Amino acid sequence: MLELRGIIDAIWSFIVGLLAGLGIPQWAIELVGYALIAVVMFGVVAVIVLFLVWWERKVSAKMQDRLGPMRVGWHGIIQTIADAIKLLQKEDITPKAIDFPIHFWAPVVTFVAAFMVYVTVPFGKGLIVSDLSVGVLYIIAITTFTVIGLLMAGWGSNNKYSLLGGFRSAAQVVSYEVPLSLALLGVIMISQTLSLGTIVTQQDNLLKWYVWRQPLGFLIFWIAATAECNRTPFDLPEADSELVAGFVTEYSGMKFAMFFLAEFVNMFTASVVAVTLFFGGWMSPFGPDFGPSWMWFLGKTMFFVFVLMWFRWTYPRLRVDQLMGFAWKVLLPLAFLNILLTGLGIYLFDGLK
Amino acid sequence: MAVQNIIKVAARRREATLGFWERVYIFEVVRGLWITTEHFVGNLYYHILKLFGIIKVHPLTPTIQYPEEQRTLAPRLRTLHRLVRREDGSPRCVACMMCETVCPALCIKIVAAEGDKPQIEKRPKSFDIDMGRCIFCGYCVEACPEDAIRMDTGILDIAAYSREGMVLDIDTLLSLQPAQRRTDKEVDELQRRLLQ
Repeated sequence: MLELRGIIDAIWSFIVGLLAGLGIPQWAIELVGYALIAVVMFGVVAVIVLFLVWWERKVSAKMQDRLGPMRVGWHGIIQTIADAIKLLQKEDITPKAIDFPIHFWAPVVTFVAAFMVYVTVPFGKGLIVSDLSVGVLYIIAITTFTVIGLLMAGWGSNNKYSLLGGFRSAAQVVSYEVPLSLALLGVIMISQTLSLGTIVTQQDNLLKWYVWRQPLGFLIFWIAATAECNRTPFDLPEADSELVAGFVTEYSGMKFAMFFLAEFVNMFTASVVAVTLFFGGWMSPFGPDFGPSWMWFLGKTMFFVFVLMWFRWTYPRLRVDQLMGFAWKVLLPLAFLNILLTGLGIYLFDGLK
Repeated sequence: MAVQNIIKVAARRREATLGFWERVYIFEVVRGLWITTEHFVGNLYYHILKLFGIIKVHPLTPTIQYPEEQRTLAPRLRTLHRLVRREDGSPRCVACMMCETVCPALCIKIVAAEGDKPQIEKRPKSFDIDMGRCIFCGYCVEACPEDAIRMDTGILDIAAYSREGMVLDIDTLLSLQPAQRRTDKEVDELQRRLLQ
């Protein structure tokens, strides 16, 4: 079938042959390989994110009986590129009273943390940069890194709205991290591994998807992931009507664009984790080797991104106390209950393992 | 204190209107999703029909993509003026100054000259309309005894880079055509029938 791994291997062996022919030592060739992988991964995710921004605008338009971008390219498909170019050439306004190093590095931290997740994401058959044996743990750890960037942005801006936004995001992300991790624990208990590659290969048809064994776990995970991405109905850190623009108030030009893109990368990450752990990742639902694996992966992930957009354009924002109460009083007990039930299930039906 | 009471009463009233299933919230959440789905799927369906030219007007999205799509104008709408020609091609205008006199915005300037045929006593040497001043009242059309000026071109996007550019001269006004594909003769016929 149309698997990308073979093509990539062929290109790589060609490059290796070329470089070896030029008399470049083995270690330098390996370094070039790592650099290439990093650039390609960044490129792929960046293109996906540019597409997602356009898609979000079109989906929201259709839900509100509008047209959305229509002018740049076919139905505005390259509108995002035009916007990115505009943001790139805009003046980067830096307020005088800021804490410069913190203000400067905050978008970088957020952006890099958002992209680092993709080291361990299986995009398709053999399309994984590094199948870490602690993949799930790694993803949880790196996604939490984003909050440091948001907090830095809030603190470094020396602005009350920014600070409130940063605090809100810290409180929210840390709170929702707990039920999110506990919800993933159910899957890990059943699959007996933390490696994302192995978890995907275990779900090799529709009936073996972990969502059927972990419906409650998926529900908790999905709600918590929506909150992790700072998206409506949990978009309190950047609540426009209350906090101007939250932690991005004092940012302009490309720094703003980095926060904006990081938000969409996080959205994609949340969908990727949902698909990988609960919906069989790149495995086709109709048994192994049915259609190209990367297309299954992208299709499933895009559906979940659509669900996130769907939430955003349907629900109003929660109040802060409701948000916190929901995490600690509802999701956390449910997550514990889910772990208990999973353990009970594994104990009672050995076949579930 | 009074404010506190009002809030309490309002809260009680709100709770009273919520039934048990609404307070469970989860079904209301799904209902909310269904509303957006209806809009999304409906819009998408009609957009596809429109893309393939099966329907002309989208029933849900009222947006008009302006330069390509335009509204149909009412036939009696007052738009950019034009000067009507006689059958031999010369302007019908006899430079009587009626329109210049009646114009409340003072945007018409006519310079009269002697007619070049024995049966035509006067003709306009120049006929300028300053579109930057015109208020589209249509008095000039009503005042004209010769039916020489009409506002039926259907042109609404009148724009120029300078104030001088907004002044249209006699040649431009004579070259304009009516929006409906009717000749001047047909319009005359129509008016005659309506007046009978």
